[in-house]
Amino acid sequence: MALLTIDGLTTGYGEMEVLREVSLQVDEGSIVSIIGPNGAGKSTAMKAAFGLLKPWQGSIRLGEREIGGLSADKIVRLGMCYVPQTDNVFPSLTVEENLEMGAFVLTGPTKARKERVFELFPRLAERRRQRAGKMSGGERQMVAMGRALMLDPQLLLLDEPSAGLAPLLVDMIFEKIRDVNASGVSVLMVEQNAKKSLELADHAYVLVNGANRMDGTGSELLADPEVGRLFLGG
Amino acid sequence: MDLMSRTSGQQLRPGERVKRLLGSRRTFVVLLVLVVLAVWLLALAQGVPGQRVLSLMVRGVMLGGILALGAIGLSLIFGVLRIPNFAHGDMMTSGAYLALLVLSLLPLGAPLGPFSFGYEFLVALVIAMPLVGLLGYGLDRLVFRRLRAQKSPSVIMAMAALGSAFLVRSLIYVFWGADFVFYYTGRPRPAFEIFAGIRVRPDQLFILGLAFAMIVLVYLLLERTKMGKAMRATADNPELARVTGIDTESVIRWTWLIGGALAGAGGVMYGLDAQLRPEMGWWLLLPLFAAVILGTIGNAYGALVGALVIGVVWQVSSAFLNPAYGPGVAFMVLILVLLFRPQGIFGRPGGP
Repeated sequence: MALLTIDGLTTGYGEMEVLREVSLQVDEGSIVSIIGPNGAGKSTAMKAAFGLLKPWQGSIRLGEREIGGLSADKIVRLGMCYVPQTDNVFPSLTVEENLEMGAFVLTGPTKARKERVFELFPRLAERRRQRAGKMSGGERQMVAMGRALMLDPQLLLLDEPSAGLAPLLVDMIFEKIRDVNASGVSVLMVEQNAKKSLELADHAYVLVNGANRMDGTGSELLADPEVGRLFLGG
Repeated sequence: MDLMSRTSGQQLRPGERVKRLLGSRRTFVVLLVLVVLAVWLLALAQGVPGQRVLSLMVRGVMLGGILALGAIGLSLIFGVLRIPNFAHGDMMTSGAYLALLVLSLLPLGAPLGPFSFGYEFLVALVIAMPLVGLLGYGLDRLVFRRLRAQKSPSVIMAMAALGSAFLVRSLIYVFWGADFVFYYTGRPRPAFEIFAGIRVRPDQLFILGLAFAMIVLVYLLLERTKMGKAMRATADNPELARVTGIDTESVIRWTWLIGGALAGAGGVMYGLDAQLRPEMGWWLLLPLFAAVILGTIGNAYGALVGALVIGVVWQVSSAFLNPAYGPGVAFMVLILVLLFRPQGIFGRPGGP
C-alpha cells in the first residue's frame, strides 16, 4: 500500500523551477532511493515532500491525506520525520537532549522512546551525555537518525545519509538504515552513493534535470546499462 | 581540534602562526586573565590601596551579575531570533522605571534589616520583571514578527531594534522626565566592612546574591526544562529546530518573556545600586554587547562569563580612571576579542 505519493509535483525556489512533474511513491515497509546527478533536484524533492517548499502544481499525499505545504510540526505529527544532509544535530545539546527534541511535539515522558533508540544505536547509549557537536560524523548521523525516530514515524526521510563519511562508516550507516527499516519504518532516501543505495533499495527513482528519468527495483537499476554509465562509473 | 589536524601539515607565515596561537581558547583565556591583572596592577601602581581594589573587585562581580542578567537575555534573543536587540538596554531601563511606578503606588515600609529598601521594593521587582517580559514580547508582535514573516535580512532587524530602543526610551522621557531619581531618597546607605578591609553596602550584597540566584534559575530552566532545551536547540540551529517539529513560535515567545524579565531585574538592581536615569540602560548596551561577544554570541553561559569579566575590568579600572570611562574599558576588551578571537570563548572558528 502506498504510504507517500508524490504526483506530478512542480516546484522550485523563488522564480526558479527545480522540479517538473515529478512523481514517486513509497510503499509501506519499503526502502525507496532517489538517485541522480548533482543538481537533479533530489534534495528539493525531499524538501518539498516535507513541506519545506510549497508545491506549485501536483499533490503530495501521506496515506490518503494531502500534505502539500503543511508546516513541519504538523507533518511530524502525521508520522513523517526528516533528517537533513548537513547540520543535522544540535551541537551544544547532549545526545540525550537531541533525542528529546525529536519528541518535542509529544507531552509526557520520553524515556521508553529514548531506550528504544539506544537499542538501535548502542553507541549513542554509551555517549548519551556527550555534546553532539563533539562527536564524529558517523556518530552525528546516528544522533540525527535517532532524533527523527523518537516520534516512531511511519516514514523516515534521509537526505544523503552517507555524505562526507569514511567508507567504513558508510557501510555502517547503510547497515543501520536496514535495521531501522526492519523495525517497521519505511525509508525514503536521497543518495550520491548510487551503488550502495541501489543495493539496499526496494525501489529507486532516477531524477535528471528535475524530472523523472526512470525507475525500477534496486536490482533492475543496478543492472541497467544507462544507470551504470551515469552513476556507477562503468 | 579539527582545524589543528587539517592545517598542521601546512607551512604558515609567522604572522598567521601568532594569530592562530593567540586565537586558541587557552591563550585567549590567559589573555583575558592578563587584562584583568593588568588593570589590577595599574590600580596598585597608582597608589590605590589594595583594600580598595579588592572592594572594587567585589563591586565588579556585582556589576557583572547585573550585566549578566541583561547579557543572558541578549544572547538568547540573538541565538533564537538572530536579532541584535539594541533595545535590550532600554528594556532594562523600563524595568527600573516600572518598579519605581509600582513603588509609588505602595505604602512606604520600614527598611528591611541593613538594607535601604523595604518589602515594597521586592514586590515592585517581582511585578516589574514580567512586565518587561511582556514589553519584549509586545515589541516582537508589533515589530519583529512582521519582519520575520517577510524574511527580512538581519540589517533590517538591527535597525528595527534600534528604532524600538528609541521608542522605549522616548516613552520613559514622556512619563518620567529626563532627571535622575532614586528609589528611596534621604535614606543613609552606609558601607560595611565584610572582611580584610573590603567595604561594600548591604544593598550591593543583596544585588549580588539575587543576580546569582536568578542566573542559577536560568541555568536550571535551560538545562532541565523542555522549553529551555528547545531554546538552546533553536539557538543552535533554528532551521533544524523547525524541521524537528519544535514549535518555534512558542520558543520565541518564551525567549522574549524570559530575556525581558531578566533584563527588567537587571535594570531594577542597577537602579537600586545607583540612581534611575532614562539613559541608564542605553549606556549599558556597549558593555552588554562586549560581554555577549566575549562569551560567544548565542551562548547564555558565555554571556555570564563575559559579563563578569567586563564588570570586574570596568570597576577596577575606575580606581584610576574616571568611572564615566567604564563603557570605554568594555569597548577595549571588545576590540581585543574581535582582534584575536571574534567567535568568543565558546565559539568555533568561522562560526558562532
